[in-house]
Amino acid sequence: MTTTPVTLAPPRRLVDVTIDGREVRVPEGSTIMEACEAMGTDVPTLCYGDTLAPRNACRVCVVEVEGARTLAPACSRAVEEGMAVATDSERVRHSRKMVLELLGSSVDLSTTPKVDEWNERYGARPDRFGPRADPAPLGERDARHAGTHEVGDGSVAATVEQPAKVDNDLYVRDYGKCIMCYKCVDACGEQWQNSFAIGIAGRGFDARVSTEHDVALPDSACVYCGNCIEVCPTGALSFATEFDMRAEGTWDEERQTQTTTVCTYCGVGCNVTLHVQDNEIVKVTSPHDNPVTHGNLCIKGRFGFQHVQQRRRD
Amino acid sequence: MTGDVDLHFLDAVPTDAEKAAVDTVLGPPESGWDGGERQSADLRFAAGGHAARGRRDLLLPALHAVNDRIGWISQAALDYICRRLTVPPAEAYGVASFYAMFALHQRPRRVVHVCTDIACAARGSDRLCADLTERLGAPGTERQDLTWHESPCLGMCERAPAALAIEAGDPPAYAVAAPATAEALMPSPAAEGSPNGHRPATTFSPAPLPGSAPEPPEAAAVPQAGDPGLVLLRRIGTVDPQSLDDYRAHGGYAALREALRLGPSGVIREVSDSGLVGRGGAAFPTGRKWEGTARRPETPRYLVCNADESEPGTFKDRVLMEGDPFSVIEAMTIAGYANGATTGYLYIRGEYPRALSRLENAIARARARGLLGTDILGSGFDFDIEIRRGAGAYICGEETAIFNSIEGLRGEPRTKPPFPVERGLFDQPTAVNNVETLVNVLPIMLMGGPAYARIGTGSSTGPKLFCVSGSVRRPGVYEVPFGATLRELLELAGGAGTGDTPRQPRAVLLGGAAGGFVRGDELDIPLTFEGARDAGATLGSGVVLVLDDSVDLAAILVRIAAFFRDESCGQCVPCRVGTVRQEEALRRLQLGSGPRRTDLALLREVGAAMRDASICGLGQTAWNAVESAIDRLGVFGAEKETLKEVR
Ligand SMILES: Cc1cc2nc3c(=O)[nH]c(=O)nc-3n(C[C@H](O)[C@H](O)[C@H](O)COP(=O)(O)O)c2cc1C
Ligand code: SF4
Ligand code: SF4
Ligand code: SF4
Ligand code: FES
Ligand code: FES
Repeated sequence: MTTTPVTLAPPRRLVDVTIDGREVRVPEGSTIMEACEAMGTDVPTLCYGDTLAPRNACRVCVVEVEGARTLAPACSRAVEEGMAVATDSERVRHSRKMVLELLGSSVDLSTTPKVDEWNERYGARPDRFGPRADPAPLGERDARHAGTHEVGDGSVAATVEQPAKVDNDLYVRDYGKCIMCYKCVDACGEQWQNSFAIGIAGRGFDARVSTEHDVALPDSACVYCGNCIEVCPTGALSFATEFDMRAEGTWDEERQTQTTTVCTYCGVGCNVTLHVQDNEIVKVTSPHDNPVTHGNLCIKGRFGFQHVQQRRRD
Repeated sequence: MTGDVDLHFLDAVPTDAEKAAVDTVLGPPESGWDGGERQSADLRFAAGGHAARGRRDLLLPALHAVNDRIGWISQAALDYICRRLTVPPAEAYGVASFYAMFALHQRPRRVVHVCTDIACAARGSDRLCADLTERLGAPGTERQDLTWHESPCLGMCERAPAALAIEAGDPPAYAVAAPATAEALMPSPAAEGSPNGHRPATTFSPAPLPGSAPEPPEAAAVPQAGDPGLVLLRRIGTVDPQSLDDYRAHGGYAALREALRLGPSGVIREVSDSGLVGRGGAAFPTGRKWEGTARRPETPRYLVCNADESEPGTFKDRVLMEGDPFSVIEAMTIAGYANGATTGYLYIRGEYPRALSRLENAIARARARGLLGTDILGSGFDFDIEIRRGAGAYICGEETAIFNSIEGLRGEPRTKPPFPVERGLFDQPTAVNNVETLVNVLPIMLMGGPAYARIGTGSSTGPKLFCVSGSVRRPGVYEVPFGATLRELLELAGGAGTGDTPRQPRAVLLGGAAGGFVRGDELDIPLTFEGARDAGATLGSGVVLVLDDSVDLAAILVRIAAFFRDESCGQCVPCRVGTVRQEEALRRLQLGSGPRRTDLALLREVGAAMRDASICGLGQTAWNAVESAIDRLGVFGAEKETLKEVR
């Protein structure tokens, strides 16, 4: 039997790089982070998303590339032949520590996974900038004007904390937990959802995720696909069920099971992962490695579970 | 970009004035889909975005048009712009709210920007602000006719303390008060549109706001004006900046003829031989940049002239654009020719109304004479220039943020690599150069690269403009060959002091807020790139800002920190939060309210991370001036610990 040759992508050239003194050979075009993974070297990441183009905004993944003036983001910088990278040098440890402290002192990271472990690893003490400022009233940060601010007396550490935005029944935007990773905006925009309901508004420390003019979600272009929740690394975006249960003190991931099945609403066949606690679906995620949907769903798959149960909200 | 998606718009109805403002930039709408009258055909075809889709780069001009005429941008006006350009409202809101000059809430028509930045602080802006607060209320107070607020450097540091009033209208009008007094900034009868009902050819009304003193002539900023030895400033004060004929009578357009004779690669060879390096702050060799761009196979290629000039203490580009605007246009044409670009964008900061008017006039006149457009001087070379006005964002001067700003995106720097020479404006190969850099190309064409290279020192060639301000008796832009010492420059400017009173310089800020301080006893530093480097300083954008003993240095440092906090784009954590923590620690040190050694150590730690881990030059340099004030001036007392010990 003869076989017809199948055209594959041309084989990628391999390049040799050194990570922490050890040589590794990876395909050309790989990121430093991928090279680190190949060696089993852990790199902390926050703004990196496995289904999104890197924004390299958080800088917690920085590494030292030999000969470079500044540190480089491992999540996006491509390897080059002969590149020598240090992932645990003093400069790297210092910058990672500072990023964790700067974020930890200005954002509520209580629902961000792994932060405690990293704080410990890098000796980060987010509380050393002084007592936290009082949370801003709802809408105050959204009204700030670019290029000007009230200079305080330095007695408190400014934060982005503010009450959560609860303006619809399905999900909550708790921007006091937002690290400005841009992932929700990218998921809502041209990379996945094409709804463009949210963008980044304002500038500098007053930058924030916002609908146009900060209108409530029901007045915006949001179609409640929840694809922003799927990629949010901090819990700033969460199902109303999760938000309410956390407020009640009943949220308990230890007691939850996850079951991945196929959404029954239409013929696309998206995978849905049902998170169940005490026999109730408490949230729905979708596997990122699904080759078709990459973790994205529509409102039916994401939120259409209410009909199988009736969670009491009083 | 936004592809074939159905965008969601608010249902707000713009006023006729808002529509008219947008339509001056975008032309009348074609159908109901982009905000025009609904016609029956609109119900059958969705014709919204096809023509408009590629016009995202008109977003910034459209926002300006509304802000200029109405004074603020309402939800309905933004919505109308979005329909016209097929831009999602959330994105347009993100862009509009990025810029300090745009208001998204109704405000008085007249807005007075009062500079409180370093040079003005050294010359009494605090007294001016106190006076204004007494008369008008705290900054931000909105009276019926006017509001005022504190501003970063307005690029008029030679006339500190400076203020700029802009009044919305058709056309908008402006007045500069510099040196400003509260009296001169008081509200006066509103302007009655343009005198004869014609729209002027310039964005701003040629008549100043009623009641304001006339702006001093362009040459007032150049104490050396008329000196025959000048190269870059030679025409300022002697040429009529509005007249193309006068420009030609003073040697204008001879350089372009020479360039066309040399051919593109000949031009690049001369520029390389001249040793010219960028004057925008990064000192990158211009010949190498142009070679890189011109060599790229992709077309079109672009030229961007960076006239954002917002580094505190910098005003040299303003002086060139106001006093000799045709030279900027001619130099851009040569650069476009060398790089194989057919379009050049001139990105000018939003607070330069006179420079904008001069350039608008110069471009129109050059176009009318065939010096821009097709087949320039019969050479077969086509080139034209578009002006883009910034809107109050220092970061947009960063060489990739400027691309995003022009493209109608938020002015956030891009990740490098790729570098602009490969993927710049509209993702095409782009050469981006500072105004002063470009203007240097004229003498290079006329005298030849090697002769130019003999001016200055071996590794810093040519003449250099310095912006001398602060406590100095004759502030202004000075031209000296590279190699003069700081002392010689200050002597040229009449020495430290004000008016007739000489004073001892306590410190000199070199290179602006992103540069660093040297002590008043270090005036023998040679003003060359290598001389500054050896002294642990930088020339940056040519800022030489003198501070004497009367100045509260700690307050100046807090102002610098506030500047970086305000101007950070907010993209990356080290800069977004680091600039806030830097300001807080400096406030504690200023007030003596915190543990001094701990706060100094904290500053160093935050500074090191900003320098090492920030995306762009803003965050990377945000701690430079503060560090030098602590280490070199000992502003908070001696402190021996190094970063190593405190980690
Ligand atoms: C925050 C920031 C602001 C800048 N602002 C300006 C500016 O206003 N004008 C300018 O020419 N260069 C500015 N630069 C430098 C530009 O990035 C770039 O180096 C320069 O325009 C290149 O032109 P040149 O080679 O002719 O100097 C700025 C850089 C940074 C990091
Ligand atoms: S739910 Fe979907 S449409 Fe709504 S903001 Fe999130 S990603 Fe955008
Ligand atoms: S809400 Fe979540 S996903 Fe969006 S920017 Fe903030 S942290 Fe990132
Ligand atoms: S360093 Fe500052 S200005 Fe530059 S990208 Fe980061 S946040 Fe923006
Ligand atoms: S994970 Fe790389 S910069 Fe955020
Ligand atoms: S105009 Fe005030 S510091 Fe430049």
